[in-house]
Amino acid sequence: MPTIRTVQIDPNATHAAEVGQTPHALGLNLSWNKAEQEAVTRTLAKYPADRQRSAVIPLLHMAQRKCGGWLPVDAMQLVADTLSLPYIRVYEVATFYTMFNLKPVGKHHVQVCTNCACLIRGSDAIVSAVKDVSGIEHNGETSEDGTFTLTEVECLGACVAAPMMQIGTHYYTHLTADKTKEILQHLAKGGDPAKYADTAPTTEADPIHNGKYGA
Amino acid sequence: MTTLPRLKPEDKCFPNLDGSGDWGIKGYQKRGGYKGLKELLKTPQMQHIEKLKASSLRGRGGAGFPTGMKWSFMPQPKLDEKGKLIPLAKPSYLVCNADEGEPGTCKDRDILRYDPHTLVEGMIVGCYTLNAKVGYIYVRGEYYDESSHLQQAINEAYEAGFLGKNILGTGVDVDIHVHLGAGAYICGEETALLESLEGKKGQPRLKPPFPAGFGLYGCPTTINNVETIAQVPPILKNPTEWFTRWGRPGNSGTKIFSISGSVNKPGNVEAPMSIPLRELIDEYCGGVIGGWDNLQAIIPGGSSTPMLNPEQASRVLMDFDALKAEGTGLGTAAIVVMDKSVDVLRVMTRIAGFYHHESCGQCTPCREGVGWVHRLMERLSQGDGTIDELDQLFALTKKIEGRTICAFADGAMWPTQGTLKHFRHLFEERIKAKQSAA
Repeated sequence: MPTIRTVQIDPNATHAAEVGQTPHALGLNLSWNKAEQEAVTRTLAKYPADRQRSAVIPLLHMAQRKCGGWLPVDAMQLVADTLSLPYIRVYEVATFYTMFNLKPVGKHHVQVCTNCACLIRGSDAIVSAVKDVSGIEHNGETSEDGTFTLTEVECLGACVAAPMMQIGTHYYTHLTADKTKEILQHLAKGGDPAKYADTAPTTEADPIHNGKYGA
Repeated sequence: MTTLPRLKPEDKCFPNLDGSGDWGIKGYQKRGGYKGLKELLKTPQMQHIEKLKASSLRGRGGAGFPTGMKWSFMPQPKLDEKGKLIPLAKPSYLVCNADEGEPGTCKDRDILRYDPHTLVEGMIVGCYTLNAKVGYIYVRGEYYDESSHLQQAINEAYEAGFLGKNILGTGVDVDIHVHLGAGAYICGEETALLESLEGKKGQPRLKPPFPAGFGLYGCPTTINNVETIAQVPPILKNPTEWFTRWGRPGNSGTKIFSISGSVNKPGNVEAPMSIPLRELIDEYCGGVIGGWDNLQAIIPGGSSTPMLNPEQASRVLMDFDALKAEGTGLGTAAIVVMDKSVDVLRVMTRIAGFYHHESCGQCTPCREGVGWVHRLMERLSQGDGTIDELDQLFALTKKIEGRTICAFADGAMWPTQGTLKHFRHLFEERIKAKQSAA
């Protein structure tokens, strides 16, 4: 089980440093802005009035997006306060699920699938290509300039298009080492992430901030 | 060798699975979608359930439980002495399991992004049949782009009057919501999924009580896979024979097969059940890389199902009963092909590592044992160990299997058992090579 990252309370801190036992907030004083507040309201309306706890995971997704791709303890507390839950009820969820990052990640979180189908189709070469472009040496590290974080992940469910990786919300499939380098260099230059994406998301419906119906 | 005829678009439940057409509501309606929905919402619910039973549709999520029977476990309102409906004491729910995560499986992803309205229509009909006013679709969190397609499909269905209050004037109310998960394979287990949907850690519940009696929020709940739910409307709209003409008795219908690994053209294909595995690979996927003789092993139904050797693979039919007879299972029909260039022990060690990572930690045999098996596999696959340890590894898997709350540990042990059954000689060769080198 992952451990919640903690730091000395320092309002200027941007990176959590130590692994410890007691979660400490960074003193970020987070609150939802107006657009987020509306999304919170839409999300809560999906669940029965006495079952608002169901919104823990959707709100953690929103909080992670708000915080640039990871969840400081402050963000977990914001979610708990929004739902009037004890903090532990949110900490235990945030630490259980793989998609919630408990330490900061780079601007582009590169998640390479190395499970069976991708392994057979050559995911080793994809991991090496990511390391070559980013300068990252080990799984889980962030490049020095903060552009990329590399994580080897479990099956992402695009096995017939292996090898593949996910960066941000997008899937990049049918990869080769060269194509991987091309995508990463494109992103490093500030290119549009959707350009090489496998599936174009629709602009009408944002699954994290929620669609207009069914709310 | 004679081969089965290819399915025509009108034979398929997912005519747009390849993504060649419009996935929006216009494209779906052009393909016949939502036609006859009004009639389905006026037909007595028990009639639908009887027809599903007659179709012998079995759950597409892995367990293969008969869907009609599962749906018959849900409470139906009764009539009082005066013939008036007595409303049910608690609300009922239909929950769609779109937490696709079994390595090798990627069929639901293509349904969500290329034919999402099939699922939306299935949810409408399913909610009506099960007296549920609300349905949830639990999509794995990584499928962000895919769930945006699904959400747009839901939006379109609301605008067209297929969702919401009093659908098409039938008096039926259905709302459906998308709920994103956050990366946990175990949430594909139905009770873990319910826990997660309630905002908790995804740890499976003890059964009984079963979800049909005590499910989401303690209310009667049915949980089905995406493919299962999406197949319901075409089954109900067509004569029973439309579905049962494919496959062997008890294994009826069409099925999406995901073929990945060492084949020339990997892909998701909808084909008749009980199709020979070799025909599926040769006819639909361009054959094994390097030819059939270059085949080493095949995982037939997702990483949990034990491997088949080439001899088994050349004769087996792809259905629940045929694969069970071979000591494995159809699972999610995710076929992972390994040719002779693949280090099969490395692949199986990676799969053991997957289960190590994904154990929810609730039951001790699984939490501790799956990691132990992974570490043993890591060592023995490198030849570091003794022959005795191979027996120890097999004994260990037997002490984990069947001793936990859910079937995760069983599914984690079967691939290792299958590896020892078919590839013990590889372990032994590597161990002996290390020993003689030392």
